[in-house]
Amino acid sequence: MNRRHFLRVVTAAGAAPLVAWGEIGSPSSRGGLPAAPPRRLLILVELKGGNDGLNTVIPYADERYRQLRPRLGIERDAVLKITDTQGLHPSLARLVPLWEAKELAIVQGVGYPRPNLSHFRSIEIWDTASKSEEYLDAGWLARAFAASPSPADYAADGVIVGAAGMGPLAGAPRAVALVSPEQFLRDARLASAGGEGRTAALRHLLRVENEIVASSRKLNPGKAFDTSFPTGAFGNAVRTAAQLAANPAGIAAIRITLNGFDTHANQPGTHAALLTQLGEGLSSLRDALQEIGRWDTTTIATYAEFGRRPAQNQSNGTDHGTVAPHFVIGGKVKGGMYGATPDLARLDGSGNLAHAVDFRDYYATFLQRWWDIAPGKVLGQGRAMEFLA
Amino acid sequence: MRTLFLLLLYALPAAADPIGYDGARHLLSRTGFGVTDPEVRAFSGLDREEAVDRVLGEARREAVQPPPAFMSVAAIPYASVRALSVEERLAWQRGNFEQGMQLREWWLREMLETPSPLTERMTLFWHNHFATGAQKVRIAHLLYRQNVLLRREALGNFGALLHGITHDPAMLIYLDNAQSRRGAPNENYAREVMELFTLGEGRYSEQDIKEAARAFTGLSVDRETLDYHYRPFFHDAGAKTVFGKTGRFNAGEVLNLILARPEAAEFIAAKLWKELVSPAPDRAELARAAQVFRDSRYEVKPLVRALLLSHTFWAKENRGSLIRSPVELVVGTMRTFDIRPPSLRPAAFASALLGQNLLAPPNVKGWPGGEEWINSTTLLGRKQFVERLFRADDRMAQVLPLPWEGAGGGSDGVAMKSDPLPGPLPLRDRSPRERENAMQRRMERGLAAYAVNADSSAAAKAEDPQRLLLPVAAVSPPAEGVGRGDLVRHLVADAAYQLK
Repeated sequence: MNRRHFLRVVTAAGAAPLVAWGEIGSPSSRGGLPAAPPRRLLILVELKGGNDGLNTVIPYADERYRQLRPRLGIERDAVLKITDTQGLHPSLARLVPLWEAKELAIVQGVGYPRPNLSHFRSIEIWDTASKSEEYLDAGWLARAFAASPSPADYAADGVIVGAAGMGPLAGAPRAVALVSPEQFLRDARLASAGGEGRTAALRHLLRVENEIVASSRKLNPGKAFDTSFPTGAFGNAVRTAAQLAANPAGIAAIRITLNGFDTHANQPGTHAALLTQLGEGLSSLRDALQEIGRWDTTTIATYAEFGRRPAQNQSNGTDHGTVAPHFVIGGKVKGGMYGATPDLARLDGSGNLAHAVDFRDYYATFLQRWWDIAPGKVLGQGRAMEFLA
Repeated sequence: MRTLFLLLLYALPAAADPIGYDGARHLLSRTGFGVTDPEVRAFSGLDREEAVDRVLGEARREAVQPPPAFMSVAAIPYASVRALSVEERLAWQRGNFEQGMQLREWWLREMLETPSPLTERMTLFWHNHFATGAQKVRIAHLLYRQNVLLRREALGNFGALLHGITHDPAMLIYLDNAQSRRGAPNENYAREVMELFTLGEGRYSEQDIKEAARAFTGLSVDRETLDYHYRPFFHDAGAKTVFGKTGRFNAGEVLNLILARPEAAEFIAAKLWKELVSPAPDRAELARAAQVFRDSRYEVKPLVRALLLSHTFWAKENRGSLIRSPVELVVGTMRTFDIRPPSLRPAAFASALLGQNLLAPPNVKGWPGGEEWINSTTLLGRKQFVERLFRADDRMAQVLPLPWEGAGGGSDGVAMKSDPLPGPLPLRDRSPRERENAMQRRMERGLAAYAVNADSSAAAKAEDPQRLLLPVAAVSPPAEGVGRGDLVRHLVADAAYQLK
């Protein structure tokens, strides 16, 4: 065999599979899903950038708060006081009625051991529910739905609203991202199911395309609500979440995002505007869910990569911190304070707070109490808390 | 022994043989924006080294075009804006938005027209690496000046680029260093320069960041000219300890300490591997490339050359293993089909809607890229984009005018085609959803002016349109004997068209 002949043979052999896989057109089947009872809905709200917890749930009676934040602290008189020692930022007025109705739980000091202060690494830890030094590929909701698939007639396990990354649903086979149901259905006619890919990139493309086709068959155009939603990107995301909650074919989890919490400089105006959007958005979501009779079968929960540092910086802002309080609201929520009030007398070497609640306990509560999925299998650790009935 | 002989026989001569049509297509699609049939044919007779050296030999340090027109007028600095009336402030915002759009169009034009697509691909790579967003910087003049710096060192020297970007006004504003002062320095830049720009997460301590942040204090921006400005009063001149070394370090010295770490070369080489070669680096070949990079004192060209001549780069199973970014898809499609419209604003909107708004990366980490380019929203958007190009008939022109455009915007198809792009967009006054819808509409309308006839398009004239348009065989094979136009439409709708 001379060299050129040999090369031709190698090339031909290398090319052969290209033709072969191109001809395989079997649609990927998703048979064999067990019949399961309908599932309650969890709406996750990501506060992207790391929300400043101390100016959200304010320890107004703590002198150290004033010392750490001489310029940035919220005036005591302006705080919306909900306990003897703590209150909400004035822009969160719309959450006070929920607190009074005992439908708002505030979980304080949520974080994890050996916190990482990088946005990107820390949100990865939260999205995959890994340990601080552990690298996992799949999102925690993807693992939950792999362990316990949603009913076969569901439109999707989960939906990411907006075009950002898949976050906690990364790697989930039955997850889609969309901006609104109308737009999704209008565009879905361009997708076709089937095909097999040789490279990982092509397999990913085909997986997404197949999921589009499967979900579009079970998704209705968005419902028109009597409830009015706030304007702006977050208001639109809230409207889409409500429309998905109203879809006849079920959806188990929805993730919406409020961007812009990375307030290193000139924080006050920016943060107030963000919290106004959050308060108005969550309050209108409650109204919409009540309108469609889903308030008792839906729980809404916030999360973020971290909180911010207790001491303000020289730019009238705050740098990356560790823990933050998170809000859980819904008809089955047992309102009140959970976790522990931030202890501003005990900061670590970076000037940050230690966590009082491991975020995997926070997640375990939704898995166990909301969906009856054993947390151990999904999270490796985590014990359900009391804030859900 | 026999296996070794066969391996040598396979590996050695292959590198010296002509790369052929498929090899040329592979190299050009990885180092440019899409491919055209004439350039693929021009490269197919070269061997690997000749082909790679020709691509590198065309590298530029400046754009082909003159600067955008707005650069001839000075920017209104932030400091003056406070004194403006409400209307003037609004006009300032609108002006910034409009100039930002003009800069995007200018850059897209450069990508289309440059004789060195690799220069623009690398400029885009560094834009994504040293991500800086118009959302915060706002003034287009600063973004243009940064773009000039990125292009100058795109295939130049990484050390020079790192020093340059640390003193770049847009970056100083974006990561808050302009305001950082001794006493309580802002850690934003110090953190990202180590985590994202040079070493990678976990290859430094929190203490290194705190100390480096002190060294970066004082690097600021002149309030009037918006040039780089050093503020000695802000600077912390005390002793710092970074990576175990102690001294009264200034910013430049800390950067040199970072560049002295071997992790920096490895980090950049690995990131560039994923941009040019494959999603998962081969450890041995990557280590060799990183060594080349270090030995050349961070010259970019030898690194790119090492990556493009790696065995993995040319391996057959690696064809189509990367996903094209939205800008690559949009500009690449325009190059492949020889689309040269007078306005590139619809192209700018299209890439933004597909997830890559030039000059406005989502955050300082840049666009995550890879498989994250593709979810159900963006995949459908991509399919729509190509479909529109070939179906831009009167249906497109019948889109109703936006409410605030009044009768002037026109629903008249004829008027639309002659004037597809009404003047400056008052998008800033609108809610995000309205803005998004308006962007969508304008893209749809604008793309009508990009319409190509699939039958007579440049790609349809290629000897084998499938080998030109797709890096691997179509997932759904085209029917036998279809016409050229239908074949082209079929191929660009195939999932493999999203790959490079």
